[in-house]
Amino acid sequence: MRPEAQRESVLDVAVLLSVGRHPVTGRARRADQDARGVELALALDRAHLTLLHAGPRDEESEGALRGYLGMGIPALTLIEQPPGADVIPALAARLNEAGAQLVIAGERAEQGEGSGMLPYLLAERLGWPLVGGLAAVEKVENGVATLLQALPRGQRRRLQVRLPAIVTVDAAAAAARQSAFGPARRGEIEAESAVVEWDEVQAEWSVAPARKRPKRLKIVKAASARDRFKAAAAKAEGGSGQVLNDVTPEQGAEAIFKLLKDEGVLR
Amino acid sequence: MLESLLPILIFSALALAVIGAVRRIRLWRQGRPARVDLLRGLAAMPRRYLVDLHHVVARDKVMSNTHVATAGGFVAAAVLMILVHGLGLGSSERMGPILGGLLLLASAAMFVGSLFVAKRRRDPPARLSKGPWMRLPKSLMAFSASVFLLTLPTLGILPAGTGSVILALALAAALVWGLGEMFFGMTWGGPMKHAFAGALHLAFHRRPERFSTKGGEGNRSTGLKALNLDDAKAPLGVETPSDFTWNQLLGFDACVQCGRCEAMCPAFAAGQPLNPKKLIQDMVVGMAGGSDAGYAGRPYPGKPIGEHAGSPHGPIVAREGTALVDAETLWSCTTCRACVEECPMMIEHVDAIVDMRRFLTLEQGNTPGKGAEVLDNLIATDNPGGFDPGSRMHWAADLDLPLMRDLGQVDVLLWLGDGVFDMRNQRTLRALVKVLRAAGVDFAVLGNEERDSGDVARRLGDEATFQSLAKRNIATLSQYRFQCIVTCDPHSFHVLKNEYGELGGPDVNANWEVRHHSTYIAELFEAGRLHFLPWKGGSVTYHDPCYLGRYNGEYEAPRNVLKALGIEVAEMQRSGFRSRCCGGGGGAPIIDIPGKQRIPDMRMNDVKEAGAELVAVGCPQCTAMLEGVVDTTAEVRDIAELVADALVEPPADAGSGRDGDRASQPAAEARPVAKEVTS
Repeated sequence: MRPEAQRESVLDVAVLLSVGRHPVTGRARRADQDARGVELALALDRAHLTLLHAGPRDEESEGALRGYLGMGIPALTLIEQPPGADVIPALAARLNEAGAQLVIAGERAEQGEGSGMLPYLLAERLGWPLVGGLAAVEKVENGVATLLQALPRGQRRRLQVRLPAIVTVDAAAAAARQSAFGPARRGEIEAESAVVEWDEVQAEWSVAPARKRPKRLKIVKAASARDRFKAAAAKAEGGSGQVLNDVTPEQGAEAIFKLLKDEGVLR
Repeated sequence: MLESLLPILIFSALALAVIGAVRRIRLWRQGRPARVDLLRGLAAMPRRYLVDLHHVVARDKVMSNTHVATAGGFVAAAVLMILVHGLGLGSSERMGPILGGLLLLASAAMFVGSLFVAKRRRDPPARLSKGPWMRLPKSLMAFSASVFLLTLPTLGILPAGTGSVILALALAAALVWGLGEMFFGMTWGGPMKHAFAGALHLAFHRRPERFSTKGGEGNRSTGLKALNLDDAKAPLGVETPSDFTWNQLLGFDACVQCGRCEAMCPAFAAGQPLNPKKLIQDMVVGMAGGSDAGYAGRPYPGKPIGEHAGSPHGPIVAREGTALVDAETLWSCTTCRACVEECPMMIEHVDAIVDMRRFLTLEQGNTPGKGAEVLDNLIATDNPGGFDPGSRMHWAADLDLPLMRDLGQVDVLLWLGDGVFDMRNQRTLRALVKVLRAAGVDFAVLGNEERDSGDVARRLGDEATFQSLAKRNIATLSQYRFQCIVTCDPHSFHVLKNEYGELGGPDVNANWEVRHHSTYIAELFEAGRLHFLPWKGGSVTYHDPCYLGRYNGEYEAPRNVLKALGIEVAEMQRSGFRSRCCGGGGGAPIIDIPGKQRIPDMRMNDVKEAGAELVAVGCPQCTAMLEGVVDTTAEVRDIAELVADALVEPPADAGSGRDGDRASQPAAEARPVAKEVTS
């Protein structure tokens, strides 16, 4: 929109926040990945930060949102959405309107649907590129951001992406700074109203607490402690996987179905 | 000539002193307001000085006698000098000889005292500050000797014209020096400042309840004072020197730099960057503005003098770079209160350190080490380790502990503390349960309703989390009826006993009878409810936990229990009120500021020097810290474990088994039938 102005002055960064859930006690808190997103944004030079949360305004979410303010941020914007609303249209409208250049989000929410789809749906709707699993933003120049993407086993990949873009962070990004009580209490939550579109598909779902997923046991046949150590420290091998190229969706689905049956996941 | 010169000298010195006093008072008044009863404080001041302060000074007999002679001589000589030489009463017929004679006596006493001061300054211990303090004995002698000699002619002992003009001038010069140090220096920042600021500090002390009254002993006032979190405008902790209350600033100014605090500080001894004396002097530097280059004592270990500076309204701890004090200095403190216990000027070092930590945590969000993680855990799981609060009672799955929720009313509420998650402390808890059952005590636990007491959060400066935990614990406790709380954790003990009361609110009384398990076991033994086998082990020493001893004055009960077990305690050199900290308090192990050696290593060395094969402790922190020392010859056991091991079945007529014990107790009958409490 305004590449000339942006080169000289500030970069408009929006961080999408969710209300997190502590894994042990289930108490509302600042979500770990989103807080890392805020930390990433705070590390950027000459960035103008907007913190956005779309959701209902209640005591529980306010406490959690204040956790983000406690990182030293004066205000955040709450786009009021009732429970059961699809927040993507409201978020997309707000991001477009604010002219955000870089949008930072966590990989997935700690509660609710937690599908990790929000950044993708948002990128699709806005027509922006998306980069997942970010470790750092190295620099932003002439409307192009140089990003460091985290890959498994500590590998990093340097990418360049033209802004505006959406990036997501996971545990590879720097840990969030401590949230302090004073700034959290002083910070302002500016509520905004927005159009409400109901998520009609989700309304039909029945929701049950997740069960622990079965974990494949690694059977190690080792005679010595050295062998056991080697097995424990070894890289996960791909093993018997296969790559299917140029197949129809039906063939692909057939292959997945067969694998699930072989593994005993489907009976 | 001298007769006309002396009044001029005396009154101009007094006038300068008054100007200095006004300036000094203005420095203190930069601080925040504090509610102090000024008149009552001033009225109580002589007693606070003569009784409470002297009680501390008298731990060093020579120094205390020296100070009595010097200070007493000076105060008397100063008053009499004003009367005799200033107002000319010395030449009056009736009063003259009496006043003059007294003045001779006073100045002679002061001179003798200053000889002892000089003797101590010839080869001063390292803890004393040097610099201007080294000239003090000479100034004291100049003052006392010149006053003595100048009074001789006034009394007619020597004829008025004795000696030459040169001698008279020399005497007058010595007097000017003496007056300069004693009157001018007192209010303009010389070594004698301690007398002026110290007297007012005693009068306007922030913990007036510390001092004894004619009625009796002073209370131990050791609980930290709560921050007002309801008022969004009230500052959270101390950022700049002027954020201290005015009487705290006054207290810092009272420091005599005797270094008794530094000699006792475990962090200083371990080579961590903390020296309580330097910290107080830095606050004085900050209050007046300037750099610490003029400080003439030992520095913070590893931090050279002259690199730090501050101002009354500038930050104490810089976010980046250096300001008045580095953050790690504040985080090195174990809050063991050894400095406060030793301070002859009754300065409250720990309060000041926690005030500054509060700002770092609540405003800057800069709790170092594992501090932030522990605080997050406390917020999310109510325990510092981040364990599932629902697993609090897993350690006692086989013990069938009665729950408060089922009973509603018991004699003893057993507060377990966060030690429930620690396998070492679980052994202590099991031993304690065994002892309570052997004595037939009617007790119950809160179980999963219990939360961390908030001790660690508060010492890490997170007053918000402390108050949140405390208020929820108070709400839980106030549902139930019990005669007292017993705990094996001195930190919980201290917080429950001394720090919850302030947070109770109008209709909730949060003042309970709280006892440490050693106190309670001692009582049970005295009541004849416990019987022990004779001790067969080797020599035993006892380590006083700071939060039981210095914080709460309980030195006797643990020793009585050990005596009841037939153990003769081989005391360590530093025991009782001088006990050396284990290094586990104040969140210090969480922050873990590096030093040259570890505090628990030094403590286990003390144990070794006492020749003990076993060290008895009464605190989960001490157990963890002391047991963490490698290569020691001494075993670490909690008092509860020693008692549990020595238990023998009570004589047959007292009934056997748990039910019998219960039935023999009148309190057990009064208990209502167990019913579900809905809450």
